[in-house]
Amino acid sequence: MSPLDSPALRAKKAGRRGDSRPGLRADLQLIADMIETSSRVLDVGCGDGQLLHYLVEEKHVVGRGLELSQEGVNAMVSNGLSVVQGDADTDLIDFPDRAFDYVVLSQTLQATRDPRFVMEQLVRIGRRAIVSFPNFGYWRVRLRLLFGGRMPVTESLPDRWFETPNIHLCTLLDFLELCRACGISVERGLTLDKRGEAQSITGRPRANLLATDGLFVLSQG
Amino acid sequence: MSLLAASSHQERIEHLPGHRVPLAEDAPLRLTSGAELSPVTVAYQTYGQLNADKSNAVLVCHALTGDQFAAETHPVTRKAGWWSLMVGPGRVLDSDRFFVICANVLGGCMGTTGPADLNPETGEPWGLDFPVVTIADMVEAQRLLLDHLGIDKLLAVIGGSMGGMQVLEWAAKYPERVGAAIPLATASHHTAQNIAFHEIGRQAIMADPDWEGGAYFRSGKKPRRGLAVARMTAHVTYLSEPALHRKFGRRLQDRKGLSFGFDADFQVESYLRYQGKSFVDRFDANSYLYITRAMDYFDLAEDYGGKLAAAFKDSPVRFCVASFTSDWLFPTPEAKRVVHALNAAAADVSFVEIDSDKGHDAFLLNEPELHATLHGFLSAQCERTGIPTAPLALIEESEIGESEERVT
Repeated sequence: MSPLDSPALRAKKAGRRGDSRPGLRADLQLIADMIETSSRVLDVGCGDGQLLHYLVEEKHVVGRGLELSQEGVNAMVSNGLSVVQGDADTDLIDFPDRAFDYVVLSQTLQATRDPRFVMEQLVRIGRRAIVSFPNFGYWRVRLRLLFGGRMPVTESLPDRWFETPNIHLCTLLDFLELCRACGISVERGLTLDKRGEAQSITGRPRANLLATDGLFVLSQG
Repeated sequence: MSLLAASSHQERIEHLPGHRVPLAEDAPLRLTSGAELSPVTVAYQTYGQLNADKSNAVLVCHALTGDQFAAETHPVTRKAGWWSLMVGPGRVLDSDRFFVICANVLGGCMGTTGPADLNPETGEPWGLDFPVVTIADMVEAQRLLLDHLGIDKLLAVIGGSMGGMQVLEWAAKYPERVGAAIPLATASHHTAQNIAFHEIGRQAIMADPDWEGGAYFRSGKKPRRGLAVARMTAHVTYLSEPALHRKFGRRLQDRKGLSFGFDADFQVESYLRYQGKSFVDRFDANSYLYITRAMDYFDLAEDYGGKLAAAFKDSPVRFCVASFTSDWLFPTPEAKRVVHALNAAAADVSFVEIDSDKGHDAFLLNEPELHATLHGFLSAQCERTGIPTAPLALIEESEIGESEERVT
């Protein structure tokens, strides 16, 4: 049984591979729906470019990716997408201010070395940043820690604490606190439950306990 | 007749295969230095057929000691062309679909106007009277060639090292004539370290008494030792410690123990001596001075008010930049400087850092990840341009072995 029943993370583990249409992953579809037609989009940690491919085809955006893995980069380039091989922690600094309308960071924040720096970069580079991440305050995670007494190892987060790339897990409240500390405005907040259904964070009491994932639209405050 | 044994430069280039065309006959080519050249002869080689709407032309820009014979047995050395793994049927630059053009650079010694050619005013070889040329001048000579061939727009321009500098210059200066630009293992300016290595090479040539102030054509000798040392030094910079270790380690050359003398005890010494010696047979020492100088002078940002991004302002060109992890001559930060500027200019750029231990020369060698990336990038460019795509052919083991022995 997985305490981190995040549909987004499960999909991330399974890899963002394959033909992007018609079945865009649920959380990516939510992100895609937030993006205006013909805008400029940077997808940070874009994998093989599933989201960007969809956005370019369906919303005629000017899309760019930043991706660390060689296979992701090759897949992107082969699909005619533009991608820079690099790392969110070290390479976002190279992008100029306001270069994009949207900068997307999907299910990657928890794997960055310096999430605060990365967040500041996102809202500097983009007019808006769209960030999604798994909620470590989800009740099943809490139970696993409370009763198991160990860091949760799950189907969707299968790596043990000493080998996981997810080094900066946080709860929805932690995230919102970081936004406040960085002077980042939260324009919109969505929470996802384990069925992948989205609700506004303001419309879901005890979201920090019940949501598997958070999805936020941010801008420089 | 063996071209290797051809007695003079003029005799040799007369017998080279491929094309030679005199250009800038009516209006001289004005160089960056202000000097003028007329005519400018360009020697070039092509692979594949130009299609009816002239939309499938790919310009290959060669590196310091390369030449126009990218994909065929070299007429002088009889070895495989320097980029035979990249250019040919089923290759990344597929000669079944593309019209691949590779021209010897201005200042070169394989048929394009250079210091070994005759100065029309004196009837003697130019020697050091040849004007100093720049990367921009090399690109102008190529531009004259494209005008002559009636090609308005290139599907792509591609090159590594100094070839990559030409690619950047092309994209900056003639963005409307370039569909895609692929600069490999290169930089937007030559670094102090690279200028330093070039200076060592030039000093080695000029210290050779047979150089005779650049007028060695009078005595009929060549500054063989100087040019060989220049080549040996440069050659080391093209490799990497792991590559040298894998190839040679500390293994001894044809002997059981140390000689306690200064013979080539080690295989690496023997290899470098051979590289130096064979280079002298095919390359002109003055050309080496001029071309290294052109690289030293290259600073693309400087031409655009000190801002590299300004060189690519509103560029419609699609870029694919690649570097190699073990390249210490044109390391990844140099490529990233270019990518940074392209991002700042909101240009369409992809960047890939290929994991390789083969050093700077990796762009010439069998690097399947590089080939896969470039093939994907070019396939997307073909789809945009209405040119058919095709899968990459497998590279035979025997070809790989040959290429590893042949380092440009």
